[in-house]
Amino acid sequence: MQLDNLYQEVILDHYKNPQNKKLSAIYDAQVHHVNPSCGDEIDLNITVKAGVVEAITWDGVGCSISQASVSILTDLLIGKSIDYAYKIYDEFVALMQSKGTVTGDEELLEDAVALAGVSKYPARIKCALLGWMAFKDASVQAQAK
Amino acid sequence: MAFDATAIRTDFPIFDRKIRDGKRLVYLDSGGTSQKPNSVIAAESNFYRLHNAAAHRGAHQLAEEATEAIESARATIANFLGGQADEIVFTKSSTEAFNLLAYAISSAPKGNKFNLSAGDEIVVSEMEHHANLIPWQQLAGRTGAVLKWFEVTPEGRLDLSDINSVITSKTKIVALTHQSNVLGTINPLEALVKRTHEVGAVFILDACQSVPHMPVNVTELDIDFLAFSGHKAVGPTGVGVLWGRADLLAELPPFLFGGSMIESVTMTDATWAPAPRKFEPGVPNMAQIAGLGEAIKYLSNIGMSEIHNHEIALTKYAITQMSAIAGLRIICPTDTVLRGGAISFTLGEIHPHDLGQFLDDAGIAVRTGHHCAWPLTRKMGVPATTRASFYLYNTTEDIDQLCTSILAAQKYFG
Repeated sequence: MQLDNLYQEVILDHYKNPQNKKLSAIYDAQVHHVNPSCGDEIDLNITVKAGVVEAITWDGVGCSISQASVSILTDLLIGKSIDYAYKIYDEFVALMQSKGTVTGDEELLEDAVALAGVSKYPARIKCALLGWMAFKDASVQAQAK
Repeated sequence: MAFDATAIRTDFPIFDRKIRDGKRLVYLDSGGTSQKPNSVIAAESNFYRLHNAAAHRGAHQLAEEATEAIESARATIANFLGGQADEIVFTKSSTEAFNLLAYAISSAPKGNKFNLSAGDEIVVSEMEHHANLIPWQQLAGRTGAVLKWFEVTPEGRLDLSDINSVITSKTKIVALTHQSNVLGTINPLEALVKRTHEVGAVFILDACQSVPHMPVNVTELDIDFLAFSGHKAVGPTGVGVLWGRADLLAELPPFLFGGSMIESVTMTDATWAPAPRKFEPGVPNMAQIAGLGEAIKYLSNIGMSEIHNHEIALTKYAITQMSAIAGLRIICPTDTVLRGGAISFTLGEIHPHDLGQFLDDAGIAVRTGHHCAWPLTRKMGVPATTRASFYLYNTTEDIDQLCTSILAAQKYFG
């Protein structure tokens, strides 16, 4: 089934058991992002200490792709230096915009390569990017503090 | 001739193609846009092939033919709606038609019937498409008028229990949808129009979801303005229709200014041509207008009552089949009284986007999300829904495939 390329096991796992999906009381920056075409929403809190992403927590409603993508993001970026996190971010955005022509650097993206199939479905790319855009926005705000 | 959806499908070339690796196309998104029959596609391309010239200008045969193509479409559409040809204004979309009205009204000077001032009231409803909501929000903001609305009941009907307290002596505009694009609900207009005229206001009807699907007669409805889009009525994209009562179009100031909407121009001033020309500056979307004229002929030949009855039969069948699916919640009226062929639903914890993607993989096209009616989905207490909408070319086979795939989706995401 073509669909299995999109809904990889790891995506459905993260969807059913989302990581860090509980907004923390303490944070450096908090953002609220929406996907206006479908109504998906996310709140994301971030704490950045000494150039390292110390914590990311979130809450939101959305499809399995958007929910799994942000869950994977938190697993991937917490504990990374902000510079390295941005490197991962850039690689992920490039993967999403690749229209299925690349498979993604697994060393860099780890579980996030499971989302490669999304890039073949133009209507779903925004779903996968929702949490990543929120992360970028929040991290910039946190560093500006 | 008996209504035969299977025969009708052969008029629509898109049903000859396969979807997602060889699957039959099950098109259940006509509420978004309809498919086009061969006659409409031919009318649009024949305009370019045979008659192309700037209508209403030029002293040559092609210009005459281009003008004739537009004006005969205008007459066809006027006749179809029960209005006069001079009451039909072509726009690029129904969205543009509502914006035209809202901007024209906000430039109406003191003494003009349409002049709005602070404290005047504009009435809409919670079930409006954004296109018939935001222009009025903005108009209220520009003029100091107050936006009021009819609420929606949990059953998905307008709460009309106290019309007189919503439409009051301060009301100047009532802008309502004929049929909800999300719920399929058809609003009963008689008492609303009567009350609107009692208080001296104008009644504007969003007919995007009704004109393509059932008989709509502006004279019988006694309304003042109506808008619909061509592309939802088996016509081309890029063309919409604004119908307005002749005396009101005469009073309403123009919105867009430019060529061919004028009577006379000097370096400092201009006067306007009579309606509809005063609302149609620039060279119009001629090929699309010609295509829309053909679309209306196509629908008329089949019969609007026949189309409506077919959709009601499909809706009844779909509601019965879908109600039998555990975990499926229908977010709209489940009877077939005063409703059209759109069904919104949720499926347990499965997000509409995921369901839509799964259905797409089976060749089934549905709409997911808030359907450009965000206040309504909020009111119904759901972040998003899946919508199946029916038209003249849909069959019970389409609905059977939908239900089979919904059950398979429950297994897949379960």
